Parts: sequence; structure tokens; C-alpha cells
Amino acid sequence: MRIVRDIAAHPTGRVGAAIILLYLLLALCGALGLTPHDPLQQFRIDRLQAPSATYWMGTDLFGRDTASRLMIGIGHSFIIAFASVGLATLFGTLIGLLAGWWGGLADGLFMRAMDVLLAFPAILLALLIIAVTGPGTFTSIAAIAIVYTPIFARVVRGPTLSLKRRDFVDAARTFGSSQRYILSRHLLLNLVAPLTVQVTLALAWALLTEAGLSFLGLGTQPPAPSLGLMMSEARNLMQQAPWLLVFPGLTIMLGILGFNLCGDALRDILDPRTQRRTA
Amino acid sequence: MNYLARRLLTFPLILLGVSLLVFFSIRMIPGDAITAMLGTEAGLLTPVQRQALAAYFGIDQPVVVQYGRWLAGLLQGDLGISVTYGKPVLTVILERFPLTLELALLAMVIALGIGVPAGVLAATNNERSTDVVVRILAMLGQSTPGFVVGLVIIYVLSVYFGFVPAMGSFTPLWTDPLANLGQLIFPAVTLGFAFAASVTRISRSAMLDVLSDDYIRTARAKGVPGRSVVWHHALPNALIPVVTLSGVEFGYLLGGAVIVEQIFALPGLGRLTLDAIGQRDYALVQGCVLFVAFNFLIVNLLVDLAYAALDPRIRLGAR
Repeated sequence: MRIVRDIAAHPTGRVGAAIILLYLLLALCGALGLTPHDPLQQFRIDRLQAPSATYWMGTDLFGRDTASRLMIGIGHSFIIAFASVGLATLFGTLIGLLAGWWGGLADGLFMRAMDVLLAFPAILLALLIIAVTGPGTFTSIAAIAIVYTPIFARVVRGPTLSLKRRDFVDAARTFGSSQRYILSRHLLLNLVAPLTVQVTLALAWALLTEAGLSFLGLGTQPPAPSLGLMMSEARNLMQQAPWLLVFPGLTIMLGILGFNLCGDALRDILDPRTQRRTA
Repeated sequence: MNYLARRLLTFPLILLGVSLLVFFSIRMIPGDAITAMLGTEAGLLTPVQRQALAAYFGIDQPVVVQYGRWLAGLLQGDLGISVTYGKPVLTVILERFPLTLELALLAMVIALGIGVPAGVLAATNNERSTDVVVRILAMLGQSTPGFVVGLVIIYVLSVYFGFVPAMGSFTPLWTDPLANLGQLIFPAVTLGFAFAASVTRISRSAMLDVLSDDYIRTARAKGVPGRSVVWHHALPNALIPVVTLSGVEFGYLLGGAVIVEQIFALPGLGRLTLDAIGQRDYALVQGCVLFVAFNFLIVNLLVDLAYAALDPRIRLGAR
């Protein structure tokens, strides 16, 4: 895996990858029940406890362990981010590929539909979708996927338009390759590089959007732990219990930073022209 | 057909698409519209009253007719009546919009005021410690959600300075400019924080490109002082991508105000949208979303036109 070696050799990519791996590990431990305490159990006599040897990151108003809730929250946020970006990648790639390949009216229709979705600020479109379907985890996944699908369609359509005129595509046609074969084997494989960068950056945006929706009370619903929701719950308690603000805030920031660093590193690796310019 | 003509021709089509999406999204809400509008009180209606209400709101007609009527009303500025406020939706929106607009503009001024000099500083000190520090700060800024910034600002102000930002009220700029600034400055910093980071990165990248151009080398060879080369020769050209980013980002700032207005309890358009969702005031949700999307589209169109004016390659259809 050359790309893994390249990221490991990239100064900021290495940091980003380490953060993501650490988060994945924490999420896995959370999913396996390997948390310091039960994230939903309320230790009533230990309400609003400051960080200590028993409660590493303190407890909340209901006496629930913040560290355990963060581990589950990371997993929850990651599931939403990966699922929504996965769906956006799937549909966006399909739409962009077919629009670019077919051209003409189909291209016009597909891309104008994508333009309509892009006419809304991301959070507002997500709010509209949630207003229609009601808040919840699956709604968040669908809303974030719909918001980011047009971006993938645009990323894929441009290169598809130029790739379909290349000699190797003509050669494949001459050899009698089917349309599906050319699209999947010849075009799609050439789109892996720009898609990889876009997926990584979209994961950062998805984490941000999910946290924002949960913060507004329209994403993950209580008592399930979610990073945005934990921040929202900390709002009225931050003077008495600043750890409720600090730890979830840092966790969200570092998670987004990890994906941003990896995305930038991948862009540097896959497009050396940007190496000098991007931070 | 060149880019500008294509852009202007597709604009009404996209507006139509936006109106279709908003209208039919709201109609997809499960249950009938009367129940959605009145909530539990709808159960008190007799069938005759229900039918009369349906006829009054025009929802007894086929959905295509409803859309046609709604669109015709829209073109005359009629977005319907808000159930919560008992007033025309447009009136309610226009009461709240000045705050959100001012907040977005102030956030933009703060972001540009910090981002452009920081980007220039980093580019002129490329690969030195100043550049590294600016890049790290910009990356951290871009990775920090607005609500984290907002809550940290409130925490630091209240705990370390004993000062709680005014929340829940809004003094218009023309009534008391100082009070207005006092109420909006911290929300604007919150809203503009991530944008400042993006501006820093774009300015740095654009400056690095421009500083390696031949005309800059010529200016240096002619003995133009270094500061003049950077600020008078290089910066105007490096600002073109910043202008584009600012235009696009302005629309996002209007949308992003939802969270900031919620944190600072500001009665703006974002908070109005959120409250409308909570109160199931669908005419208001529809109106708010459409209003912001319309503004977003107009700003994007203006940016594209400005960009085309600045760059002849786009005007001539080379994009």
C-alpha cells in the first residue's frame, strides 16, 4: 500500500492519520463495551465531579462518566460521518460519471439538479430535510449525504468529460468493451485519486455538520451520547463544570483536524503541484 | 455560448428548481397540512371546519395547482402566513433579516481583516517559523466548529473577565451603533473564526503564486522596495481568489448564523428558522429556507459576474 507509506512519510499526514487511528480505536473500545464506566449509567451521588482517577474527564449533571460518553460519542459521530460520506460518494460518483459520460441533455439535467442542491448553505439544507423527516441518526445520515452528493458529482463529472475523449477509452470501445466495463474499469479507476482527497475532506465536513445538527438538538437524540449534544448540554453548566465543555470541544476539534490534515496530505501526495502552496 | 451568458440563462432555472424542492419537501411531511399547521388543536375541528380551512389555504386543490398558486404568490412577494406570528411570512423574515445580514457582514470584515494580513505574513515568510505558526493556527481554526468557539468565548469572558455578552436582545445599528456593536461583536468573531482561517490559507497560497511571477521579479529588479512589491504589486492580484471565496462564503455565513444566533440567543433569521422547525410552522420554514437560498444564489451569481469581469478567460468561456 503505497498511499499508506506516503501518508506515513508526510509530516502533517502522519499526525492526521494518528489522530484518526486513535479515534477509531477509542470508538471500537466503546462499541465493545470497554469503557471506564457504563456511558448511560447515572451515578447520582457523583454528579458534576471534576476529572479524577475514577472519572478521568469528570461527570455530567446526571453523574454519567464523560470519558465513557465521549468514546461512544466518537463512534456515533464516526458512523454518521462514514455512512453519510459513503452514500454521498456512491450517489455523487454515479451521477457525475453518468452525466459526464452521456453528456448532452442528461448532463444538463443531472448537473442542474445538483446546482439546485448546491443553492442552499449546507446546514440549511440539512435543516430543511430534518424539518421534513424529523430528527434522528438516520435522518442525519440522509441529510448529510444529500448535502454532499453534489460536491462528489462535480468532482467526478469534470475528469469524466476529459477522460472519455482519451485514446485508451477509444481503444476499449474498439475492442468491444461494454459501457459498464469502460465506466467501472477505465474511468472510475482514474477517478480514485481526486475522490480519495474529496472523501477525506468530506469526512471532516460531515463530522462538523453532524456535531452542529446534534448541538441544535436535531441530530442524535438523548440519552445517546453524541459530541455535539454533549456540547449543547454543557452550555448551561460551563461555569460550574468547564470539563463538560473542554473535553467534548477538544474531541470534536481534533477529529476534524485529523481528517483535514489527512485530506491536505493526500492532496499533496496525489497532486505535487499543490505541495508548496497548501498548509 | 460564453460562461456569463450560460450562467445568466441557468439562473432562473435553478431558482425554479429551488422553489420546487422547497415546496415539495414541505408537502412530503407525513400527515395532512391542517394537522401540521394547527398541531393538537386540529383534533377539535369539525369535518366542515377542516374542509373550509383546506379551501381557505387552497390545499384542497391538486398539488400542481397549489404549486402554481404558491409560485404566483411568491413572484408577488407573498410567502404565506406564519401560524406562529399570525403575520405574513415575508414581514416576519424582513424583521429578522437585518440582524443576520449585519452579523454576516461583520463576520466577513473580521475574517478578512485577520485572514488577509496573516496570509500575506505567512507567504512573505515562506517556510520560516512565522509561516509554520500561521499555518498551524489556520488549520486549527478551520477545524474548530463555530459552536465550540462561541461557547469558549462566553466561558472566557464570563469566568476570567466577569463579563457576560448581552444575549436575547438586539439594538438596531441606526438606534445605537455602540450597543449594536457590543451585542454583535462576539457572535461575529464566532461566525468569522473558521472563515478567517480559510482566508488565511487562500491568501497565503495566492500570494506565493503571485510572488513567483515574472512581473514581481521585474519590480524587485527595478529596485521597488520590498513592502511596496508585496502590498501594491502582488496583493491586488492575490486578492482575486479571496474575493471569490468571500462571495461564496457570505452565503454560508448567512446559513451558518443558525448556530451562532442560537448560542448568543440573537433574534435573527437563523434562530427564526430553527424556532419555526420546532413550532412546526411550515410556511415560515419554507419562507426562511427559500429566502436564504435566494440570497445565496444572488450572491453567487454576483461573485461569478465579478470574477468574469476580473478574469477575461472566464468571460470568454475558457472555463
